[in-house]
Amino acid sequence: MTKQIKEYIPVVGKQLIDELYLVAGRLKRFKIQNINSTISGGGVAEILSRMVPLMKDLGLSVRWDALEAGDKFFTITKKIHNALHGMDVNLTDKEYQYFLDVNEKNKKKVAVDSDIVYIHDPQPIALITENKNRDKKWLWRCHVDFSKPQEAVWAFLKEFIQKYDTSVFSAPAFARKLDCRQVLVAPSIDPLSDKNKTLEQRQVDSVLEKYGIDKDKPIITQISRFDYLKDPLGVIRSYRLVKKYIDCQLILAGGGATDDPNTAEVLKKAEDLASVDKDIFILHLPGQSHLEINALQRASTVILQKSLREGFGLTVCEALWKEKPVIASAVGGIPLQIAHKYSGILTYTIEGTAYWIKQLIQEPEYAKRLGVHGKKHVANNFLITRHIQDYLLLFLSLYNESNVVDLG
Amino acid sequence: MDPFIFRTRINQIELLGKKAKNLKQLADGIKTVPAPSIYHHTHRFLEQHIYFSPEHPNDFSYWTTTSLGLKRLGEIIASVEIFQFKDIELLRKKFVTIIETYLENVSSLRNCILGEEFNFMASKMFILNTPFKAYNLKDFVDCLAQVTIHSFYFHMFEARMRLQKHENDFSRWFKDNGFERLAGQIASLDPYTHTLEGLRKKIINLIKKYIQ
Repeated sequence: MTKQIKEYIPVVGKQLIDELYLVAGRLKRFKIQNINSTISGGGVAEILSRMVPLMKDLGLSVRWDALEAGDKFFTITKKIHNALHGMDVNLTDKEYQYFLDVNEKNKKKVAVDSDIVYIHDPQPIALITENKNRDKKWLWRCHVDFSKPQEAVWAFLKEFIQKYDTSVFSAPAFARKLDCRQVLVAPSIDPLSDKNKTLEQRQVDSVLEKYGIDKDKPIITQISRFDYLKDPLGVIRSYRLVKKYIDCQLILAGGGATDDPNTAEVLKKAEDLASVDKDIFILHLPGQSHLEINALQRASTVILQKSLREGFGLTVCEALWKEKPVIASAVGGIPLQIAHKYSGILTYTIEGTAYWIKQLIQEPEYAKRLGVHGKKHVANNFLITRHIQDYLLLFLSLYNESNVVDLG
Repeated sequence: MDPFIFRTRINQIELLGKKAKNLKQLADGIKTVPAPSIYHHTHRFLEQHIYFSPEHPNDFSYWTTTSLGLKRLGEIIASVEIFQFKDIELLRKKFVTIIETYLENVSSLRNCILGEEFNFMASKMFILNTPFKAYNLKDFVDCLAQVTIHSFYFHMFEARMRLQKHENDFSRWFKDNGFERLAGQIASLDPYTHTLEGLRKKIINLIKKYIQ
């Protein structure tokens, strides 16, 4: 359900919301247009579906359009996506040309009356007009891990990125040498969404009951799609090291398309390992299971995110927001979310993870302190209201070049 | 008495696209990046961790220790007393001198692992008025307790070094209005060795005691 910005006052305080109104007031004369690949499905659509109504509620003129494209186009953009993650992918000249043709056809969708055109991710990147003396401002937002892109694909995209007034990245490591301004906007979580809102104990208990999980026995949880890069098999090995000393349970819950061979393979291996231990729960959940994920996180004693590689790793923020002690790998954006031994634990190995699980289960007061500090850190840095504020400043910065801007 | 108008500021973080993988490149970067970048890397931690003082009070120290494994040098960089510097250029020189002195005594450069490069950033500041105004010390205490931590930070830190006023806004207002002892007490606090919330409480207590 669409939220109103005032509903966030009990979470972040009235002054912060007042500040958002103050900044938004400076942007009322501009028409802002977001364009991405799809209106539903995927992380970008989820973020926009929350942020666009909130920006409208702040009095901004914001619209959101999606590309018109078919399966052939999205097969090509999936290859581009994989190449940005560093995978060895071969794109033919014909595929590049088809990508450009679809963008060209969609150019008519770029409204003539918008002042700021905000393009999300590579799919619509070639919508930008060639004319440098254009009257619109163009922003390009990169939502994907951009740290080790394949050279050929990077060279292709770079030509377009440099035509934009500003490009926006989610983590410092994604910055590159570019002829346009680059800005950092970290991802965020929505504290009022089904995945993060406060639940009643009976709601949590009913989810445990549904899956036969014992609420009186310590619960170790990792919420992630079933993917080698999330290392669910390493999590099971850590759990087994702990299980020798502490009677506990392990939940591995998450999604991932079952027609993806990678997911199916990892899931099968995890299920095989779990089949000999009734205290391991492998829950392959549908994409919309937000309330169940929320309940599982709230029921947990310790939450893990033992990824081998990670873009930002927002599941860490989700767990910290619920005041849970989190043990996570020091990869990607995770060290931005956890200060080691203060707001969580950073580990590098299966054995180290097992050591800290034992410590946190046996020292609940210390574990609790980590969770309390973690929640404060998320409240201060990774909520959707901060994300909106960053976007508002991004729009304002297009018209204010000075390093210090006095808005009065 | 002119009122004290509480203002606040919001930062936008800019990525400069400049990276360092060893100490030589770090020193070169520190020498050449714009001043707001030096300010950003020495002040960012204060607002990101408002409830505690992290082990490494600036990004240069954190990276030298954790990504290059140079603990001794990291500690030397961490212990630079930022409070003693009223000018970013002098602070920049101090870091460069420390690193270059170290480099004179080593024969080879140690690179960080791939993916852990130091990424230079900077920040652009947007300043706004808040509705809070103080006409006397009692008002001042009430407002100070209510404003956001960003407003408190703006008057205490940004005014002094980034806006080149060489003193914090609170001390200036107290001095202008005849509360010189109070102005001096606040000016002498080293704000870099407190958490932001801890510092706010301390200043509120100093004003309350002064009123008594």
